[in-house]
Amino acid sequence: MTAAGPAAAYGAMPRKEDARLIRGQGTFVDDIALPGMLHGAVLRSPYAHARISSVDVTAARAHPMVEAVLTGADLAGQGLAWMPTLSGDVQAVLATDKVRFQGQEIAFVVARDRYSARDALELIAVEYEPLAPVTDARTALEPGTALIRDDIAGQRDNRIFDWSAGDKEATDAAFAAADVVVGCDMVYPRSHPAPLETCGIVADLDQVTGKLTVWVTSQAPHAHRTMYATVTGLPEHKIRIVSPDLGGGFGNKVPVYPGYLCAVAATMLTGRPVKWIEDRSENLMSGSFARDYHMRGEIAASADGTILALRARVLADHGAFNATAQPTRFPAGFFHIFTGSYDLRAAHCEVTGVYTTKAPGGVAYSCSFRVTEAVYLVERMVDLLARELSTDPAELRMRNLLRPEQFPYTAPTGWQYDSGDYPRALRLALEIAGYPQLRAEQADRRARGEYMGIGLSFFTEGVGAGPREHMDILGLGMADGADLRVHPTGKAVLAISVQTQGQGHETTFAQLVAHELGLSPDDVEVVHGDTDRTPFGLGTYGSRSTPVSGAAAVVAARRVRERARLVAAAMLEVSADDLEWADGAWRVRGDPEQSRGIAEIAMAAHSSLRLPDGVEGHLDASAVYNPPNLTFPFGAYICVTDVDPGTGEVKVRRFIAVDDCGVRINPMIVAGQVHRGLADGIGIALMQSIAFDADGNCLGGSFMDYLLPTAVECPSWELGATVTPSPHHPVGAKGIGESATVGSPPAVVNSVLDALAPLGVRHADMPLTPARVWRAIQGRPLRPDLAVE
Amino acid sequence: MTASRTSVRSYTRDEAGPGPGRAGLGVTCAEGGSLQVPAHVEYEKAASIEHALELLARYGPDARVLAGGHSLIPMMKLRLAQPEVLVDINAIRELSFITLTDGELRVGALARHAQLLDSALAGQLFAILHDAERVIADPVVRLWGTVGGSLCQADPSEDLSAAFAALKGTMVIRGPDGSRAVSARKFHSGPYETVVGAGELLTEIRVPVRPGGGSAYLKVARRVGDWPVGAAGAAVWLDGDTISDAGIGLTAVGARSFAAAEAEEYLRGRRPTEDTFGRAGEIAAASCRPVSDQRGPADYKQHLARELTIRVLRTAVRRAREPQLAVPS
Amino acid sequence: MRLTITVNGTEYSRDVEPRLLLIHFLRDDLGLTGSHWGCDTSNCGACVVCLDETPVKSCTVLAVMADGRRVLTVEGLARGGRLDPVQEAFAACHGLQCGFCTPGMMLTARWLLDHVPDPTDAEIRAAISGQICRCTGYENIVRSVRQAAAVRAEAAGQADPEPAG
Repeated sequence: MTAAGPAAAYGAMPRKEDARLIRGQGTFVDDIALPGMLHGAVLRSPYAHARISSVDVTAARAHPMVEAVLTGADLAGQGLAWMPTLSGDVQAVLATDKVRFQGQEIAFVVARDRYSARDALELIAVEYEPLAPVTDARTALEPGTALIRDDIAGQRDNRIFDWSAGDKEATDAAFAAADVVVGCDMVYPRSHPAPLETCGIVADLDQVTGKLTVWVTSQAPHAHRTMYATVTGLPEHKIRIVSPDLGGGFGNKVPVYPGYLCAVAATMLTGRPVKWIEDRSENLMSGSFARDYHMRGEIAASADGTILALRARVLADHGAFNATAQPTRFPAGFFHIFTGSYDLRAAHCEVTGVYTTKAPGGVAYSCSFRVTEAVYLVERMVDLLARELSTDPAELRMRNLLRPEQFPYTAPTGWQYDSGDYPRALRLALEIAGYPQLRAEQADRRARGEYMGIGLSFFTEGVGAGPREHMDILGLGMADGADLRVHPTGKAVLAISVQTQGQGHETTFAQLVAHELGLSPDDVEVVHGDTDRTPFGLGTYGSRSTPVSGAAAVVAARRVRERARLVAAAMLEVSADDLEWADGAWRVRGDPEQSRGIAEIAMAAHSSLRLPDGVEGHLDASAVYNPPNLTFPFGAYICVTDVDPGTGEVKVRRFIAVDDCGVRINPMIVAGQVHRGLADGIGIALMQSIAFDADGNCLGGSFMDYLLPTAVECPSWELGATVTPSPHHPVGAKGIGESATVGSPPAVVNSVLDALAPLGVRHADMPLTPARVWRAIQGRPLRPDLAVE
Repeated sequence: MTASRTSVRSYTRDEAGPGPGRAGLGVTCAEGGSLQVPAHVEYEKAASIEHALELLARYGPDARVLAGGHSLIPMMKLRLAQPEVLVDINAIRELSFITLTDGELRVGALARHAQLLDSALAGQLFAILHDAERVIADPVVRLWGTVGGSLCQADPSEDLSAAFAALKGTMVIRGPDGSRAVSARKFHSGPYETVVGAGELLTEIRVPVRPGGGSAYLKVARRVGDWPVGAAGAAVWLDGDTISDAGIGLTAVGARSFAAAEAEEYLRGRRPTEDTFGRAGEIAAASCRPVSDQRGPADYKQHLARELTIRVLRTAVRRAREPQLAVPS
Repeated sequence: MRLTITVNGTEYSRDVEPRLLLIHFLRDDLGLTGSHWGCDTSNCGACVVCLDETPVKSCTVLAVMADGRRVLTVEGLARGGRLDPVQEAFAACHGLQCGFCTPGMMLTARWLLDHVPDPTDAEIRAAISGQICRCTGYENIVRSVRQAAAVRAEAAGQADPEPAG
């Protein structure tokens, strides 16, 4: 009989996941070995754009260890050569007519061992007729540029969409009346989430039962299941998706990749399990990239530093197929949250999406559906305004931040921020940083010819998608379910639809339920990642696990608790109204010693105890949670850098991060999530980007070229917290997973540019590698998306 | 040592012209798909130097020497190298020495990078070697990669090539007919090519110890462990207040033989002043032909050649002026 | 060719291709899937195991190069059911999230502490600079190593230490 008080379940408890992971007993997809299992390997195009004249797999098929080779023609025969993307486009599974990006899938070899599969790839002969690549998004729409998507009826150019938000007229008027207008072109370069575990699958069709079991690196197992059913024609109730332990996701494991479908087709063909695990170069070159926004920002202000309006014009490079994953209604995701955390009169943004001969994707890498791009733009513009006005950037922000009394606040582009105390967070960050001392030190160093920078970033996130009336992906509403069962001996099992890739759901969700039911988190088992055992949901990304699935778990737990009240009333022979929940049990009002805890109630609910009419036995409940709104975590970040102008090298000395994610269920896990995103900021701001040369060659196809930050580049993070509970979430939590990735890159960039200000550098695009910093100082900047010449 | 694919790409592009399948495709799509495991290869383990030479003679140019493997195996995984036979020399303990013999620092080819970094002897005699080793790859790779392996891979961005060029070291190469000595500046015959013949083995590198010396190495990279965007090493020998001899080594910036001979010539006989360093830096930079790649554009690399040469000369001179520590024998 | 190798104290004798990478031998032939792989270019360190007491990126070593030698993987860290201090420290300090880099990080940490029993933060960060973590931002990994150092120091001070390795 546990008697844990309600507050005990929240807090920094060690994780349940760790017991197996520290022993090397995790089960990742590549750990799975089934009897008779075959291994797949994908042949990929060396060309960025080319017609396919012929694909000759004869020699590959003749390899003694090869069991099968699939081509686009083979899949076309089964209607599997193309598949829908998450954006309503189609993507080739194996190319048939032409290839549209370097690394695109051409053929799939299935062999008895991994090495033979790789060897057999060299035996496939493909004849290509090269076409002109389209690698510069800025010229993708120029007349005469090669047409990439000639497979789409009526497609005349490389335009995907035009989209806008806000009030153009009001914005133009605000700009016209402003004292100060500052504009800047900036690029958020193409990067890649690069989870340490690459994507992979083991697909096993049982030919007797007709059941397809798939172990796959998926952040959204149920969505995948529905997709496989739609694409393959296999009945959905005969498909089981299992996402075991995942080695990171960060949005890279949301899409259904061609390799997955090839493995499914291969198991259907061979009748044996087929494993396909991509290698790192495949992951970087063909898996979902992130960002690649070419933006122009303009900010209008009055002379006293009041920000009046913001404008943004964006060119979005989506690659060869439009496969961004975001709610259907928002082709540019939540970019229109670019008004940021400030009180503006008006704002307007326009986004044009274009095709290029590059891998598909764009929404990934903790972007919260383009909030990363939006926050980068506004925080750079605010810093540029501060410089124009010769105002301290902290002071300028403080002057313009939304005040607590302004909430709930409707932003000029329609967002309804429901809660926040922004000035408090900024003050706390400034205090932790010792801001005045830093500025004094900077002045000293400048006098000595040393270049130190202090950069700020304040962000408002919009996460926890989302209300199903407004938000769906491929027609599936973004509501999530939770099933809770309490066993007769008072142990609980919570089945959820989201999928951890390291965030600790097995622990935090147990804490959520334990808190509601007065149990110990050790008595709550969290089941996830298996579509046979869990309710439907749209998965983990966009920081939605706690806001949506966590809410569903709490609602289910509270339904269990209410059912328990009725059972307890029957046990105590009192009226249900006479009971109140206190200290982890139902207690008789005025006589709290008369109580029953959940464990006892559970046993009674399974027993022969007579229950009132209408009250069912057992102690189970389900919930499908449709969030009424997004949640709005926010934060204030400060970055201190030292720059060597002789070499362009940047060293990050300190990073202060104050986050407000509402109520914190497990502060240790929250801090860990923040740490990760801050490291992302270092990497994205200073070293990560994927560029292409004029031939369409991908120049970031390995970890030698796509560099990730190590422990050496990262300082020891200095964290602070404020708590502004979400007004609509059942426990007031907002979600934290992506906040730091959103907020940190602008802080780093602002810091470096602050350091370089005496040298006259106004702006420089990420990544701020030594060469790019040096070139910026020379006044001859380099574009981050093209090859260095 | 991990293969410098960017460098391979830039050279391949220059030779073969632009086109698909060049950049990035050694990794992914060269005539095939993803290739992250080596092609079939045979394997022999050499028990001694003589045995190694005998195996190399038997298999000819189809054989490659396998030491730490951290230069060769990554290239084999990408199938940029496809030897027929590997001759594993890791058991040849007599090649992993670091000694002071006959007035020379002698580093066996099989000495691990970590060993050179840990060697107090090497560090006291030639600080440039510690400066360089500290920024080569990462601690785990340094435990296995060897000095000889890195030098023989002959990547145009390899650090020890520049360090030993600055020190004016000598490579000792053993063949069936005995040993021959080749100056560090004559050791490379092109990108990824050295003068070590098909039936030969690099056995050691020697650097004569002279009084009044100081040395330093400085590298700029995009991130720890990355190949240099540009790096410079300097060794100076002072006679009173005059530079009696100087060595300047440069890597990743297109310096001939990893050295800046004209700048060295300029320095000899001059006083070590800021003006002298500046002029030497200019001359060194002018003698380089860097290639633009994703690490940086050519003008930046040229700038680094100058800037880093100045900085390492400063440090080398400062160290040369410090009291020389007693060298353990 | 014939490979004889001791892994986590057990001797194995197998016929393998010379080109077989050590990481694949451990994972696929021996079923020791605790060591992982995450890249093609020896950069990420997910594959780090110990070969004769020394950490090595096992994706960059042929299995045959380890003939006659001893390998230690994460599965061999616990002794007689007792977790190694680094394992306990990583769990206590939230030094892991997805767990994919963790085996390699723990082995390198252990090797560091064998040679530098009281490392500074900078030394810890330098020691793991060849290994990538995408989840933790490294902060808690550093704390975990510091904790392990403290626990080991205390144990060494209290009793006759067990021989390391």
